[in-house]
Amino acid sequence: MSGTYLGMPAFPKAAHEAVGNATLRGNLRHATHTIRGKRAKAVAELDDWAELREAGKQIKDHTLRHLDRYLVQLEESVTAAGGIVHWAADADEANRIVADLVKMTGESEVVKVKSMATQEIGLNEALEAEGIRAYETDLAELIVQLGKDRPSHILVPAIHRNRGEIRDIFAREMSEWGRPAPEGLTDTPAELADAARLHLREKFLRAKVGVSGANFMVAETGTLVVVESEGNGRMCLTLPETLISVVGIEKIVPTWRDLEVFLQTLPRSSTAERMNPYTSTWTGTTDGDGPSAFHLVLLDNGRTDTLADEVGRQALRCIRCSACLNVCPVYERAGGHAYGSVYPGPIGAILSPQLRGTQSEIDASLPYASSLCGACYEVCPVAIDIPEVLVHLRERVVEGGPVTREGNKVVLKPAKGHAAERAAMRAARWAFSHPGALRAGQRLASRTRRLHPRSLPGPGKAWSGTRDLPAVPAEPFRDWWQRTHGGTDGAK
Amino acid sequence: MSSRERILGRVRRALADVPGGEPSYEEAVGRGYLREHGERSIEETVELLAENLADYRAIVHRTDAEELPLLIMRLLAARGPQYVLVPPGLPPEWMSAADPTRFHDRAVSTPHELDKVESVVTGCALAIAETGTIVLDGSPDQGRRRITLVPDHHICVVRVPEQVVSSVPQAMERLNPARPLTWISGPSATSDIELDRVEGVHGPRTLEVILVG
Repeated sequence: MSGTYLGMPAFPKAAHEAVGNATLRGNLRHATHTIRGKRAKAVAELDDWAELREAGKQIKDHTLRHLDRYLVQLEESVTAAGGIVHWAADADEANRIVADLVKMTGESEVVKVKSMATQEIGLNEALEAEGIRAYETDLAELIVQLGKDRPSHILVPAIHRNRGEIRDIFAREMSEWGRPAPEGLTDTPAELADAARLHLREKFLRAKVGVSGANFMVAETGTLVVVESEGNGRMCLTLPETLISVVGIEKIVPTWRDLEVFLQTLPRSSTAERMNPYTSTWTGTTDGDGPSAFHLVLLDNGRTDTLADEVGRQALRCIRCSACLNVCPVYERAGGHAYGSVYPGPIGAILSPQLRGTQSEIDASLPYASSLCGACYEVCPVAIDIPEVLVHLRERVVEGGPVTREGNKVVLKPAKGHAAERAAMRAARWAFSHPGALRAGQRLASRTRRLHPRSLPGPGKAWSGTRDLPAVPAEPFRDWWQRTHGGTDGAK
Repeated sequence: MSSRERILGRVRRALADVPGGEPSYEEAVGRGYLREHGERSIEETVELLAENLADYRAIVHRTDAEELPLLIMRLLAARGPQYVLVPPGLPPEWMSAADPTRFHDRAVSTPHELDKVESVVTGCALAIAETGTIVLDGSPDQGRRRITLVPDHHICVVRVPEQVVSSVPQAMERLNPARPLTWISGPSATSDIELDRVEGVHGPRTLEVILVG
């Protein structure tokens, strides 16, 4: 992934700062609670939700397990339909391909549909460096771009802003980028949406190059799918003469029919709607309708490294619905920025450290940005067991071990700062495999229990500062079992 | 080595643990989900479509073939004198009552010209009752994708019951993936401000659906 977030502090520090911001917490609480209730209602409308979820998981798993075959098939289908396929091993290569394609058209600006993949690779910044201006056209992305801000949610990148803040950003910044905000703009959502409509219309009408991602790519037919609400996606996909789509290699589904599963589960999971207002599908180019040139850039950028991890690869099933963010107690309090990645929340906590590796402070801390409550797994429409992957990644951070980075197998060293944890686990392993020592230790602990301190000394002090230490029983369990024959004597 | 070979090589090495005799696609994917939700008569399916369209703020009208031209005329007249666009293959009788000086019977050449058009009248490929969705596939009675996007007012005619399906799976069976498709569920909307749905951003802010049958 790109260096956009280099130098991010570890999650606990970033989260600590965010939690102190009362406006941010209020905005997040309001938004996530609103959507939570609506999602539950939208999902309850379908009696076969469990079967749809299982089918979605199976389709994605099967595709990932034969990804080489489906990538080649997709390339053939897209090419046959008039598209041109490019392959990008990392962010730099993808950015270079897009910049060159834009330059070949002779244009110096592009309109963009909201896309996680292009955020991940830092495309806007890379284009800027080449003298190409990229206009974000999704309302929330526009708010982020105008506010010189960073996205904090997968679906609603400006979720950390309330309507008053959005009004102020529009009134202050729109004139810098084009048509100014209307005089006397208020903070009603309808007026704010109208201001965005007016501001962006001139850009859509003159745009010659559009840049998008895609929600799905169908290997069998070469069809790409973009699911959206506002119509900015349709504008970018149909008005320009050239369309460039940057899509992660994990976005493939084998057949056209597979879409019937995801077009039911994605809208209900993300915006809690039966169906989102607009879905566009296109297969290569169509004479006289839409762009006459279509380029597909297939992006790896850490995905094959993630695929190499037998436990972690399930994260690649993700369809970016963001339901896991909306139910997460940690996300609700810490906000998206603390995760130091375009992928925040529970899915970000397992995706970022796999795409980027766990070397940086922020990535090594992300697997710990969770209480393991499991709500994310429950709502996931492709049944990603996020807690399982979190625990797996914690083990990798603490113990080190073999991983794949940029296609090469390397052995990670155990992370610093977990020495006490490792020592405790080693001691526990020894004690549990030496029953005599365990018994002696337990008896000693029981007999001396009146002498135990109420909080831990040294490095354990912070931990026990907010927790009660468990009370040691007067008699070890195994002694009690032997004395009472498993409680059958009726003795207490 | 090209990036294509590099990526495919990485994928193959990453999947070294996957055994050769893996189940086929047909075996691996269970289709235990429903083809449609609930049992309804044809009339009830059309009723559900009307309900769900209205729930997402489309304006729904019901009429028969004979009354259709008059209804279209009334809906256009209600918005005042204006340019109206129709795709080349729209049945001419649909517009027979509308003032003929008011519409262009051709595809407009540039996006800027399209922006001067107030209303557009089209047919559709099909409609999905369970989700309140109409689907356009660029057939001659629907035209290019942009003509239903840039104007602010879209009137879409659905022939009932023959163009209505119950569910998304039934729709997929009938649609041709080779055509550029646009699925429309209510007018343009956004949830980007405090995760609350607001109608009317970049696409047509008024969507009127006429169920004819």
